[in-house]
Amino acid sequence: MALIETEELSRTYDLGGYAVQALAGVSIRIERGEFVAIMGQSGSGKSTFMNILGCLDQPTSGRYLLDNIDVMAMDRDELAQVRNEKLGFVFQGFNLLSRTSALENVELPLLYSNVAAAERKRRALAALKSMGLEGWEKHHPNQLSGGQQQRVAIARALVNDAPLILADEPTGNLDTKTSNEIMELLVKLNEGQTMTIVLVTHEPDIASFSKRIIRFLDGAIISDEAVQRT
Amino acid sequence: MINLPATFKISLRALRTNKMRSALTMLGIIIGVGAVITMLAVGTGASNKITEQISSMGSNLLMVFPGSVTAGGLRMGSGSQSTLTGDDAEAMKREITGVEEAVPILNGAAQVVYGNQNWSTGVYGSTPGILTVRDWLLSEGRIFTDQELKNAAKVCVLGQTVVNNLFGEMDPLGQAIRIKKLPFTVIGVLAEKGQSIMGQDQDDTIYIPLSTAQRKIFGTGGFPDMVRSITVKAKSAEDLGPVERQITDLLKQRHRIGPTQEADFTVRNLTQMMNVAEQSTQIMTLLLGAIASVSMLVGGIGIMNIMLVSVTERTREIGIRMAVGAKSWDIRLQFIIEALTLSLIGGLTGIVLGLVAAKTISAMAGWPTIVSPFSVMFAFGFSGVIGIFFGFYPAYKASLLNPIDALRYE
Repeated sequence: MALIETEELSRTYDLGGYAVQALAGVSIRIERGEFVAIMGQSGSGKSTFMNILGCLDQPTSGRYLLDNIDVMAMDRDELAQVRNEKLGFVFQGFNLLSRTSALENVELPLLYSNVAAAERKRRALAALKSMGLEGWEKHHPNQLSGGQQQRVAIARALVNDAPLILADEPTGNLDTKTSNEIMELLVKLNEGQTMTIVLVTHEPDIASFSKRIIRFLDGAIISDEAVQRT
Repeated sequence: MINLPATFKISLRALRTNKMRSALTMLGIIIGVGAVITMLAVGTGASNKITEQISSMGSNLLMVFPGSVTAGGLRMGSGSQSTLTGDDAEAMKREITGVEEAVPILNGAAQVVYGNQNWSTGVYGSTPGILTVRDWLLSEGRIFTDQELKNAAKVCVLGQTVVNNLFGEMDPLGQAIRIKKLPFTVIGVLAEKGQSIMGQDQDDTIYIPLSTAQRKIFGTGGFPDMVRSITVKAKSAEDLGPVERQITDLLKQRHRIGPTQEADFTVRNLTQMMNVAEQSTQIMTLLLGAIASVSMLVGGIGIMNIMLVSVTERTREIGIRMAVGAKSWDIRLQFIIEALTLSLIGGLTGIVLGLVAAKTISAMAGWPTIVSPFSVMFAFGFSGVIGIFFGFYPAYKASLLNPIDALRYE
């Protein structure tokens, strides 16, 4: 059973009477436990594709089944619930709440899924611990390094036990050493806990941590190949 | 499901982050609520004072005055003609069923002397019924009897102010005082009544039998039974209207005035006048309250303004919350609670400010102020309504943000 299944996904933006096609009929299957890297130049449609996978945007036409749920017919609130239960996001700019402790940042998804306060705290602490951030839970994002902030963000993506992590250029703001550390963490999550990970990047080095690379050009897939481990 | 305690915590944190801004935003509501409380306190105080004074006048009263004299085309003022008599008063009491008591009054100013003290006061010649009419009690002694009235006895009942000025601490009962040089025996003392609605000292009064006033003190200038006015107490407020008409008919008949001729007397409805006075203060109170409410509205607009700024500033935060699963109402509630918290804290502070202001006004200007529980609840409730009302639009706007755009917002 595929975790992600899309059929002929298209997305057209209307820029004041003149239509731009960002996605032109993308069909893809991603099974549970896969680690996929999506590559392409800017404007290739990879970000649009990620937004649709992340239920932040709706395709103009086509079909998208996430964990066997058809998300096409859903309204804002239903999509929010799908994001809450099925998805964890890791962004390039971390997107943590400022002036809010690491612990509370990690608790955030649980806040919107009606988990009791004590349970929220327990699960958030566990997620932070798994990211090697024990002892940092009271710190605010501006007191943490870039790598630490991204690890808080990953902990936030893990905390609601979602089957899928969507990472949009997660290492874009980090130096090489820290980038590799973050990628190692993702690899470990993929192998150990069989998390499905979809990653957007334009760096071949980063993509090489994945098991499958899909390349986009002009809103369509031009290649889809498994990574050869040497 | 919405997690209220957590949402509340988020809102409080947002307010704490911008302390100065939150405080300034609240200031609008604080001043508004403070003004409402103070204005209503002043208005209620004034209106209560008037009610008190009205009841001190005696209730359900009508006053009958003689009409004016027309001499050579010149019309003199009301009371310039001596047409009312003590018999008129008796006739009213006898013939009109709605009349509980009708007392004739002949009054004037007179110098009174006791020992080496003297005092100028209002001397009222009347009948014993005057106490019923004025709802007045005696603090000691008695009012004159019908016998004393008939005999024009030289007895008097003193008001508190007169007692204080002539006797000081002494017991006046049984003492002899001189009114216009004639000796009178003090047989009673009136209970203290305070100021009238016009600001007169009602206790600066001496009551003597009407006949004594007519024959021995003021004289009647050739009209033996002349009185200056007749005060009528109706049995109930509903009787006032009919009694007023019946008095007019009766007096026209007694004075032989045709239906088309001008009456030689006027009837005034005191209660009506007082009610008008009371109503006007109530309208004043409402008006003050309404004006103060406007400043609360302005405060509410201030809240809306700041909430809109806050939503824009926190676009990215809203995007993050949406991405991790916040639904429309989660976002809306967060901002509504924030606005509500602002307005309610402002409201509570304003209530305290209003109480202090009302007390200060009482102390400094000497106006009576009454803070009613209603006005406090009204102000608090109103500030809550304002918070929700003016918080809703910014909250609604926030909930409509597109998560992708919100996440990219710099």
